[in-house]
Amino acid sequence: MTMATRRKAPKAKAARSRAKATARPSARPPVRLQLRWLAHARSGDKGDTANVGLIALKPEWYPILVKEVTRARVSRHFKGMVTGVDRFELPNLNALNFLLHGALDGGGTISLKTDAQGKVYSTALLRMEISVPGAIAREAMR
Amino acid sequence: MKNGRVVRVASGQGFWGDWLEAPVRQVRDGHVDYLMMDYLAEVTMSIMQKQKSRNPEAGYARDFVPLMERILPDIADKGVRVVTNAGGVNPRGCAEAVVEAARRIKLSRKLRIAVVSGDDMMGRLDDLIARGHPLKDMETGRPLASIRDKVLSANAYLGMRPIVEALRRGADIVITGRVTDTGLTLGPLFHEFGWDFEDWDKVAAGTVAGHIIECGAQSSGGNLLKDWRKVRGLENPGFPIVEATADGNFVITKHPKTGGVVNVASVTEQLVYEMGDPHTYITPDGTADFTSIQLQQAGKDKVKVSGITGGPKTPFLKVSIAWFYGYKAVGTLVYSWPEAYEKARAADKILRGRLKALGLEFEQILTEYVGVDATHGTLAGAPPADLAEVQLRVGVRAREKAPVERFTREIAPLVLTGPPSVTGFAGGRPQVEEIVAYWPALVDRNEIEPQVRVDLLEV
Repeated sequence: MTMATRRKAPKAKAARSRAKATARPSARPPVRLQLRWLAHARSGDKGDTANVGLIALKPEWYPILVKEVTRARVSRHFKGMVTGVDRFELPNLNALNFLLHGALDGGGTISLKTDAQGKVYSTALLRMEISVPGAIAREAMR
Repeated sequence: MKNGRVVRVASGQGFWGDWLEAPVRQVRDGHVDYLMMDYLAEVTMSIMQKQKSRNPEAGYARDFVPLMERILPDIADKGVRVVTNAGGVNPRGCAEAVVEAARRIKLSRKLRIAVVSGDDMMGRLDDLIARGHPLKDMETGRPLASIRDKVLSANAYLGMRPIVEALRRGADIVITGRVTDTGLTLGPLFHEFGWDFEDWDKVAAGTVAGHIIECGAQSSGGNLLKDWRKVRGLENPGFPIVEATADGNFVITKHPKTGGVVNVASVTEQLVYEMGDPHTYITPDGTADFTSIQLQQAGKDKVKVSGITGGPKTPFLKVSIAWFYGYKAVGTLVYSWPEAYEKARAADKILRGRLKALGLEFEQILTEYVGVDATHGTLAGAPPADLAEVQLRVGVRAREKAPVERFTREIAPLVLTGPPSVTGFAGGRPQVEEIVAYWPALVDRNEIEPQVRVDLLEV
């Protein structure tokens, strides 16, 4: 899996630079795609921290998540909603685990939020858009 | 002991309030060796402590007793053993109630019920603090002494050992207090296979098995996001079952002819639920490395789980402390099209103006618009102009009761003194709720473990 992506990534890059250089209509630039088409997810809580487990819908898409769904981008996505983000990789489960600190307005019983236990924070992450090669986007949306 | 022998541990309840039919069907619809039932969430212990202070015979998951009355004949016939933390802060009281139930139904077979106690630290807190155990909040670092007079309950999380002892002594039913969710599965597996308590990979394997089934149907098709439309038959959800072998590998499955699904996606979603650092999932019995878990579809509704590694237990036990924090209340009103969102926002502004004019002080006032931003905040973007309706949801929190009480009387007046097209207030005035907060701490396990007891009752 990893090998395949390693091969794919430079190809996509090459395609992008070709597109820039010649603007040929056949060169397909990467497209923006919401994570909901590439991953499923579940979340839970620990005190004021929500966790989101993000799982690739197909094993071959896991390296895309590793590359694109970075700690920094997830922090930006949740700007104003969380105070810090940690990321862990679980290649065995084709999953990433995110800890979203300060996400639950105090958490547990103190929080006044509808989602005080972060049960649907997972779906908020699935709104995030990442860049993927056009062919993968087409496959994912099929 | 042959490697091929399979031990089947079935999940019957994922939390206190889970589907009441599940344990009955787990026992009746197929063969299982053990029924494990997890009843205790973080704040449950304080609710039970409060019940016990009013009535010394209370303080456990009451639902467990009528449930046992229903399934006792089946489990006695089939030799199914039950392991549960339904005992809460009064495991002996719970066990005695089950003894009563067995007598009521004139159960013909002899029944041994084990009571595991020693997790309750309420009477020992001052002594522990005096002897230099600060019981600091693991999140904030504050010492327990700073809220000592507000503590409502304090229980150490026990592991599998007392359960293994109870089973060795022939218990048919093991009733515990604050034993970890995973311990309820680890106990039966270590008893059956005679594994060494310091075989850390086996501890990790049993921990992962326990984690997968501890939330009931959440690993067998319930709350499953991937292909959720394709999950069939949830009118009769099949709760998960661990089929373990002596090598530490196991299969997650469910009874035939039940609804839901057991597949790699359903098990993976449960594995990542409430996950912290996946390399070290800490329990009283050892640590598990979730990055070692291998999953494989091994047939319809069968997922094979293998390769799990782990590490030694830590010198500490986690302590679950509940303390009185203050008060909160949540008021709601529904505004309809046209301009539903604008009307709700105007109402919120008016409400806040009145609270301010009354001089009420709150730690926090939180406004959400259900249908617009309650679950995803600003990520959801602006609502459509023709939104059919929106629920205004305002919550307040304070250390004192008076301002929260007064807030609950400021919702209904908005109906005749605020923006138009408002409904949804038939439920009456919001309730003032007491906030019981959670204080996670660590304690030296040598302070707790020597006090743990296993007592047997016989019917």
